Amino acid sequence: MANNDALQQQLIKDLLVESAEGLDRFDREILAIEKGEGTTETPNIVFRVIHTIKGTSGCLGLNKIESVAHVGENLLSAWRDGKVEVSPEMTTALFAYSDALREMLRCLETTGAEGSADYSDLLQQLQDLLDTTATPAPEAPAAPAGFGLFEDEPGTNVPAPQPDAEPVAKTVAPAESDSPASKAPSAAASAIRVDVGQLDKLMNLVGELVLARNQIVQYSGQAKDSALIAASQRLNIITTELQESVMKTRMQPIGNIWSKFPRVVRDVAHELGKDVQLVMEGQETELDRTIIEAIKDPLTHIVRNSIDHGIEKPEARAAAGKKSQGNLVLRAFHEGGQVNIEISDDGRGIDIGRIKQKAIEKGIANHDQISRMSDREAFNLIFLPGFSTAEKVTNVSGRGVGMDVVKTNIERIGGSVDILSENGKGTTLKIKIPLTLAIIPALIVTSGGERFAIPQVSLLELVRLEAEQARKGIETVYGAPVYRLRGQLLPLVFLNQTLAGTSRERAGGSGFMQQQAHDTGDLFLKAREAHRNWLRKLRQVLEGTQTMTLEEAGSHTLCALGKWIYADGLKKFGAVPEMQALEKVHQHFHDAVKEVVAQKISENPVKAEAAFKRATNISRDVFNCLTNAEKRIVENQNINIIVLQADGRQFGLVVDGINDTEEIVVKPLGKQLKAITCFAGATIMGDGKVALILDVLGLAQHAKVISEVRDHALLDKEESATRIDNRQTLLLFDAGAGSRMALPLSLVARLEEFPRAKVENSGTQEVVQYRGQILPLIQVSKYVTTTRPSEPICSDPMQVVVYSEQGRSVGLVVSKINDIVQETVTVKREAAGNGILGSAVIQNKVTDLVDIPAIIRVAAPAFYENHSPAADSTPEMQAIL
Amino acid sequence: MSESKQFCTFFVNGLFFGVEVLKVQEVIRFQDMTRVPLTSPTIQGLINLRGQIVTAIDLRHRLELPPRANGELPMNVVVRSDDGAVSLLVDEIGDVVEINDDVFESAPETLHGVARDLILGVYKLKDRLLLILDTERTINVSAALTI
Repeated sequence: MANNDALQQQLIKDLLVESAEGLDRFDREILAIEKGEGTTETPNIVFRVIHTIKGTSGCLGLNKIESVAHVGENLLSAWRDGKVEVSPEMTTALFAYSDALREMLRCLETTGAEGSADYSDLLQQLQDLLDTTATPAPEAPAAPAGFGLFEDEPGTNVPAPQPDAEPVAKTVAPAESDSPASKAPSAAASAIRVDVGQLDKLMNLVGELVLARNQIVQYSGQAKDSALIAASQRLNIITTELQESVMKTRMQPIGNIWSKFPRVVRDVAHELGKDVQLVMEGQETELDRTIIEAIKDPLTHIVRNSIDHGIEKPEARAAAGKKSQGNLVLRAFHEGGQVNIEISDDGRGIDIGRIKQKAIEKGIANHDQISRMSDREAFNLIFLPGFSTAEKVTNVSGRGVGMDVVKTNIERIGGSVDILSENGKGTTLKIKIPLTLAIIPALIVTSGGERFAIPQVSLLELVRLEAEQARKGIETVYGAPVYRLRGQLLPLVFLNQTLAGTSRERAGGSGFMQQQAHDTGDLFLKAREAHRNWLRKLRQVLEGTQTMTLEEAGSHTLCALGKWIYADGLKKFGAVPEMQALEKVHQHFHDAVKEVVAQKISENPVKAEAAFKRATNISRDVFNCLTNAEKRIVENQNINIIVLQADGRQFGLVVDGINDTEEIVVKPLGKQLKAITCFAGATIMGDGKVALILDVLGLAQHAKVISEVRDHALLDKEESATRIDNRQTLLLFDAGAGSRMALPLSLVARLEEFPRAKVENSGTQEVVQYRGQILPLIQVSKYVTTTRPSEPICSDPMQVVVYSEQGRSVGLVVSKINDIVQETVTVKREAAGNGILGSAVIQNKVTDLVDIPAIIRVAAPAFYENHSPAADSTPEMQAIL
Repeated sequence: MSESKQFCTFFVNGLFFGVEVLKVQEVIRFQDMTRVPLTSPTIQGLINLRGQIVTAIDLRHRLELPPRANGELPMNVVVRSDDGAVSLLVDEIGDVVEINDDVFESAPETLHGVARDLILGVYKLKDRLLLILDTERTINVSAALTI
């Protein structure tokens, strides 16, 4: 009931806003008519205004407004049809009429009722006008042109050309009646209607502003001018706020589209003879306008489907031991920067057996495939085009169009649909959609010389492997590269291969390092070829079949290899010494070439020949440098892995470089590119270039990460759930004095390196400044009893494990961080005491577990001042023991 | 009865093409493009046109003509469409010409291949033929490579 009331209130509010605007328009048009400025459109406009008011108020049960509006409508209708001519009496009456409507509406707004004023006189007047002028109607066919007659031929139409004074006096009336409305901020005044296109334009402009802001901020980062820096910071803040505000103007509560569902549910349930109660939660959850539009139809479809397929007839429900009234729950809530919408019913659920059978019947899958399918995959079959398990096609659903459209529509806006069902108990559809489509945070990466943006929503973590680690860490399973990320296999996707359309058959088998080497090889091949061609040209110059200017010969940047060096080589591998050597040798080469051309021009063939020999010698060095550089680069290739999540499955995306995170403005791709699922759109970078936005889901599908391994993911989850309890993630380190220590990783806030020079003293305590705070340093080796005598650690920089508790931090100085392991540990407590909780065998070596609170209590008692230590040891510690 | 229309003309592989001038948003010089992987060569890349992202279609490839010689930079004829602007890459820009409708003739039956689909008709000018391109069809390409 409460819902209905709220709905009624909302509708009345809409009516008020709409009518106020409409009546203003009405007045303006009538005024225009009175002044003889009316057009043929005028009667239509005023008729529509009144018609709308009459219709809406009738729907809402506002009978008085409806009946008053009705009489006026009759007159206007006659006018519109040319049966009545405009007269001054009529305009006067019409103004009074619009005032009457206003009064009733105002009364409705303030008191909630239509008021008790009596308008019978006015109504009678309107009726009279209709009756007296309508009867003659001699020139009905010519009527549309007749409105101008008021001005053109006043004599014919105005029976009593009354003095102008009267209409003028009356025109004041609406103005007067308007003024109280403008004093009190009524619903009509506090909200204005803005063209949606205008808002979109505003959003686009803000998008552009964000780009410009990014550029300025980037630029001012290098500047020394403090005023510029301050100004750009202010610009930064204001832009962010502006962006948020503009975004908000486009936000609408999801309740706006839900509001029609009670009616839909009622109608559909009636039609199907079912009894359904609709519960809506989180109506106030806000979403971007474009998204609201996009999910409207899919949601309606799902709701209808739930009632049709999900909820049973009352008898069937009773037989199944359920309440005869079915429940349909719509829930919306924000989570992790996304909007979640759940539609659940307590109906019969989805019969997996029937879905599978249907899939076989329809030839979507064969027996073999079906038997291997997980429940989740089977549920997802209903999203395939042409799939319907309804036994008979009803008016409501079951025609096999719909669920696939639902899925495509939701995925098109970057959302996902998931279906959960339990036979006999009900079905839940979970929809996840982004808050907005316009501006998103993204990670910018490079691959194959191009930049790409990866939406941060799907990003889990970044892993960088040094060349050595990469060689060891990346393994292959039948040619598919994988990496062990904390003990779990992470399938790897090489972005450059995926985007080059290289199938795994070609890339795989030979292993991934070879593939990387192969890519580098391609690049160097190009360089060699470029240089070879150039040498050929030089020979032709020497032989006189080609010409070359001195300038061209002497420039080491104009030739093909030069371009390669400065465009590809140094940009990508500038840090490699062989590459720098190449640059120098190449310069020498051109010095020699210049000599060749100079001698040729001065027609000295012998000297030219000698110079050419020198040049060819140097060019041998050029080739050597290229070979060496290539070798070094292949050896040193680091691997950047971006761990992404798509459809509940993790995978690692390998890219050439990771640049930065940035707020990007998402722009759609043209229809020509819509079919490529790997890209979600494009954006304009700070330098004005276009970068493509990767669609993680599409990319995963393209790289075949998802379909192949989904079942593993589910299996893994179950397995790890049972296993996880006794596994611990531990940080292994040397405390100094060669002792191996371990600490639960969950206790570690950060790992930091501080240069010795930054250490200061506060009393007897060594401290460093860290993130605006003073971080006390504790030499772990001093406080743990080991067999060997301990010495303070003097490595530079110092390795520090930052430990935080209740907003305070201390730094534990250790000599070396060794590793992070995930292991099941059995702790033996013999060694306990003096900063050690006990010891365990980790990685086949005896390792002591550090009791951090105990150490801190001794080393920095001030840490626990004002608050008691969590316990003798923290819960995490207890968990191990 | 005969009316005249204005056409924006350009050259592709020596052929003289025209597009109704009202459909052309602007003509710009060669722009840096961002390559789009996994597309057919028809899609040359994406251009930033004052904050708007515009797909560039290589007319030579679209019309199944031989590729442009290395180093020759194409021009952009940006045409309007329902789906936003699209750029057609052409070799060279001609004048805007006003032509009387009575020299128009629909494309000869003997045309075959893509030309049959994309060429609306021919204006018989004094010294040469102006081929009128159906822009809607020309930009209606699905670029996904089948792998």
